[in-house]
Amino acid sequence: MTFVEDRAVVTGVGQSQIGRRIGRTGVDLALEAAERAVAHAGLTFDDIDGIASYPGPVAAEGGFVGATTHDIRDAFGLRTRWHVSGVETSGQIGTMLDAAAAVASGRATHVLCFRSVWEATAQASGRAAALTTKSARAGGHSEFRVPFGAASPANWIGMYAQRYMHEFGLTREQIGKLVINTRKNAALNPNAIYRDPMTMDDYLNARMVSWPFGLYDCDIPADGATAVIVSRREAADGLANPAISIEAAGAALYERHSWDQRADLTTMASHDATASMWETTKFTAGDVDFATLYDGFSYLCIQWIESFGFAEHGKVGPFLDDEDNYRLEGRLPINPHGGQLSAGRLHGYGFVHEACVQLWRQAGDRQIAKDVELAAVGVGGGPEAGCMLLHLA
Amino acid sequence: MAQPEGRMLPEVTPDSREFWTGGFENELRIYRCQACRQWIHPPVGACWKCRSRDVAPEVASGRATVAAYSINHHPWFPAFPPPYAVAAVELDEAPGVRLTTCLVDVDIAAVEVGMPVEVVFDEQDDVALPLFRPVTA
Ligand SMILES: [Zn+2]
Repeated sequence: MTFVEDRAVVTGVGQSQIGRRIGRTGVDLALEAAERAVAHAGLTFDDIDGIASYPGPVAAEGGFVGATTHDIRDAFGLRTRWHVSGVETSGQIGTMLDAAAAVASGRATHVLCFRSVWEATAQASGRAAALTTKSARAGGHSEFRVPFGAASPANWIGMYAQRYMHEFGLTREQIGKLVINTRKNAALNPNAIYRDPMTMDDYLNARMVSWPFGLYDCDIPADGATAVIVSRREAADGLANPAISIEAAGAALYERHSWDQRADLTTMASHDATASMWETTKFTAGDVDFATLYDGFSYLCIQWIESFGFAEHGKVGPFLDDEDNYRLEGRLPINPHGGQLSAGRLHGYGFVHEACVQLWRQAGDRQIAKDVELAAVGVGGGPEAGCMLLHLA
Repeated sequence: MAQPEGRMLPEVTPDSREFWTGGFENELRIYRCQACRQWIHPPVGACWKCRSRDVAPEVASGRATVAAYSINHHPWFPAFPPPYAVAAVELDEAPGVRLTTCLVDVDIAAVEVGMPVEVVFDEQDDVALPLFRPVTA
């Protein structure tokens, strides 16, 4: 069994300029990423008849919503017949999975999927200032956390990390090895925001944000957009790149949408998404050649490592002790581009982009040397998660 | 609605009013399913466990244990000078039901999973925020 009966494939990807406070709008960045992805696939905008994005026009401040599908349709005069955006979905890639289903069922042929952020530019005056100068009260998902000074995901996710460390003996040094390796990979990525080498002392002595998270455990607001073209398989013949199959996808969310009520505080929704994915494929964790795993906070990557089954539940610390498990030349390279921690907070889509360019062997200096056919992509954190296996035989 | 200096108060909804105002009468009011007796937080008009719509606030003891914590060092709000301990505390009468809160009157170096705590209310404008402090007795 293959996701949507193997009728949906990835044919091209593109990214805009990526940086910190580059002074461009989220729409401008999304347009650039879209142009590059369409050209990369060997298509033109006349071929694009569907569009999908995360999160869509939700109430959010500080550059979180870089561009909506209507923004991009309007700017390029797209003639589309299928559209979706949403935030109540399976992680940031949820609507990309919907796009795959749309092309599989004939509602569209080539869907432009994108995510754009311009948080660095929009938050130039600081997130804390944005929070405390607002006159509004904390509502929605903030109501039961922000009034207690738990203002940031660093606080909410820090609590999960603390409990895991308490239960299983995971140490900051072990987390640091993952973060440092990610930075080492970023040094090979010309588009990564942070490329300077990091030592364990740098990591451990960095300013504390919310223990156990220091500065280098947290991604930093960035400006940048990523676009991915999802196409119907029959329409992918003769395009610029060999079609990448969406071999399997996991979209399950089995518990309440909450940051503190999950029955087992040492797991996250990533466990639900991966469990549902493995039920649908002949492949197993041992078949995966490399992985791109959401690391908006370092601990989220740790959750994805065990969710996919690359390490047993509770055993990610010992997995991280041996760098041969995850370095670029190792058994299962993780985040060859530098993840969100070093390459930039592109909010989920960066992991899809990297998985594809590695499978196409277009990753330049950071290309994984060994043959790679099967990539695991895990996106999201806390109560939000979505995952895929991408396959290029 | 007035906003006290340097903090963000909750937007009180019909579902959450008892939770946010019980503290004025020194009561920690938590929703509870009247069918299966499951405690529910945050408050909402159904029981996630048995799906009964017969739910109502009841008074909890206010005793809890720390299930997880994070020592915040970043100055998000002037009213919360760092460092301070953000914690998920699990209600004594309701294992698995947790409140995210801030620990007060506490040596942050001594915070640990399993630490017994009790509620203390911080009255701000029209709400009484349930904070928790170590049980000393
Ligand atoms: Zn019930």
